[in-house]
Amino acid sequence: MEKILMRGNEAVAEAAVRAGCRLYFGYPITPQNEISEYLSFRLPQVGGVFLQAESEVAAIHMVYGAAATGARVMTSSSGPGVSLMQEGLSCLAAAELPCVVVNMSRGGPGVGNIQPAQSDYFQAVKGGGHGDYRLIVLAPSTVQELVDLTYRAFYLADKYRNPVEILGDGMLGQMMEPVTFREPEFPPLPPKDWAIRGKGSGPRKWVVCLDLDPKGLEALNLKLQRKYRLLEEQETDYDTFGDPEPEILLVGFGTVGRILKSVVREGKKEGLKLALFRPITLFPFPKAALFEKAKGVKGILVVEMNLGQMLEDVELVVRGKVPVFFLGHTGGVIPTVSEILEYVHGLLKEEIRV
Amino acid sequence: MPRARVVINREFCKGCALCTYACPRGILVISRDFNSRGYYPVMVTDEEQCAGCGFCAQVCPDVAIAVYRE
Amino acid sequence: MKVVFERPKTLLEKPFTYCPGCHHGLAQRLIAEVIEELGIADRTIGVGPIGCSVYIYEFIDVDFVVGAHGRAPAIATGIKRSLPDRVVFSYQGDGDIAAIGTAEIIHVANRGELITSFFVNNAVFGMTGGQMAPTTLLGQKTKTTPLGRDPQVHGFPFRLGECLSVLEGSAYIARVALTRPQFIRQAKECIRKAFLTQMEGKGFSLIEILSPCPTNWGMSPKEAVDWLEEKMIPYFPLGELKVKGCNSRETP
Repeated sequence: MEKILMRGNEAVAEAAVRAGCRLYFGYPITPQNEISEYLSFRLPQVGGVFLQAESEVAAIHMVYGAAATGARVMTSSSGPGVSLMQEGLSCLAAAELPCVVVNMSRGGPGVGNIQPAQSDYFQAVKGGGHGDYRLIVLAPSTVQELVDLTYRAFYLADKYRNPVEILGDGMLGQMMEPVTFREPEFPPLPPKDWAIRGKGSGPRKWVVCLDLDPKGLEALNLKLQRKYRLLEEQETDYDTFGDPEPEILLVGFGTVGRILKSVVREGKKEGLKLALFRPITLFPFPKAALFEKAKGVKGILVVEMNLGQMLEDVELVVRGKVPVFFLGHTGGVIPTVSEILEYVHGLLKEEIRV
Repeated sequence: MPRARVVINREFCKGCALCTYACPRGILVISRDFNSRGYYPVMVTDEEQCAGCGFCAQVCPDVAIAVYRE
Repeated sequence: MKVVFERPKTLLEKPFTYCPGCHHGLAQRLIAEVIEELGIADRTIGVGPIGCSVYIYEFIDVDFVVGAHGRAPAIATGIKRSLPDRVVFSYQGDGDIAAIGTAEIIHVANRGELITSFFVNNAVFGMTGGQMAPTTLLGQKTKTTPLGRDPQVHGFPFRLGECLSVLEGSAYIARVALTRPQFIRQAKECIRKAFLTQMEGKGFSLIEILSPCPTNWGMSPKEAVDWLEEKMIPYFPLGELKVKGCNSRETP
């Protein structure tokens, strides 16, 4: 199959079109502008709609409207813009509307900067807006995986009627790599008989994100929780790499995952027994797989481009059975292979004190 | 025989009385019996007087009035 | 006997949830009648607000979407862009459309989005209990302006219709009241024109409906109607604010 050299932002946009996305609403923000720029000419080619909204707030509610009609729809942004979208994401989750949101995250908090960072992990994985809800969160580490997960994002959104966030970062968005567009084969999806398309000759329908009856609202919440449990049973995904019986298990997602892969390779040359555990679905978090993988290791080192966010989920999984260490940079500073290796050597030299 | 007929949905009426002011003949009044939701609905005192203009139905915020005419 | 007036079938057969004397029901009856008369109920999609009329989807027999406070114009945009041959309208109160949703309504109008917005202006936040709205009149006492609205502190009542009229994308804008049979007839004609403006692809249309809120104004329904005519209409004059004959999409 043909390999094309593409920038991450353009690759995710092309993959979305190939996955059947026909509407895009967004607002400019660095470092993800190439997504909108690409879709502004690409979507009209396939009879789709590109619309630049007046704000991220408007963009996500345009997504809400289009999603309610049953169409495949997407938006993209970065940190501050995704913060503005939280109101809409809470509504999309409550109304059980499928859509895909790409966050090519950047340094925070506040306006922060435009350098790559992973400091939106909490926002993406823990709900982000008000109420007891979750997004499905996918974390690609290469441009190829970004393409593959974009197809999967639209499939999962429709299958579970839930918003999906692709959590990348500025580095992944700006990086150019060769990609192929392998159209995956997913099992057939149920018809969108809930979609609002005008009642025609049938009974009328409505999509809302409220229920003033306490029992009704609790029932909706319990239904959402059942969906999240099902996601955990059926859709968790992760990647492992390195020594089958590692002394130190390295855990990192997205861009950090590829850095840690180099750490495992370099460490092997230096006689270190290392392995990588890289969650691909951040929600549902691959708890069971990580728990298994953590058995018998001397310690876990979590590396993130933030100051310890996924770290909390890792600690929850191992529950004190294995010492968990953390190395993080933020604000656009990227952890280096040599720095991580040095840290690992230090851990092993000190025989890992708990 | 009255020339016109006013049909009031007593259960929809909330007794706001706006129709009583709209009626040119002044034949609509608030009744003394409340409905199942606790409102005192409006009633027609003298249907013989009704011209069937429909003003009462036009101004009714609860769309609780229907009007018919010969 | 001939029918002078009957409840339209497009208005579902159930009592409204509004307070006695509130004009939400009347406004929704007119919208339902026009939808029925134009024969578009099968392909109309309404977008509800957050406010007293959040339950509008319980009353008009068409498909509905309700989202967050003030965002109905953006939601309507998403629906219309996805399904361009449907008739799409939003129904919003003054807090929804002229406070929190100001950006969305201005840009929907400026894009000439082919939707129709109904703006029910009762000069207070109704559902939250009668706080100041952007349209609260100067000197008007509300829960958050206990001494009356002071322009030095709160600025001036917002004339949204006039504001949107100057935008190229808006095609039909009218302000109506429903306090008299004659006004109601005019209002219905304006609502019809607004839907036709959308269906003929001329651009964005908005109907501002002045409405009494007896409960939060602390008045009887009759007093509220009189107050609306005496105080609101002079500041918010009735009539067509903009009628664009040509197709805005063709004539820049």
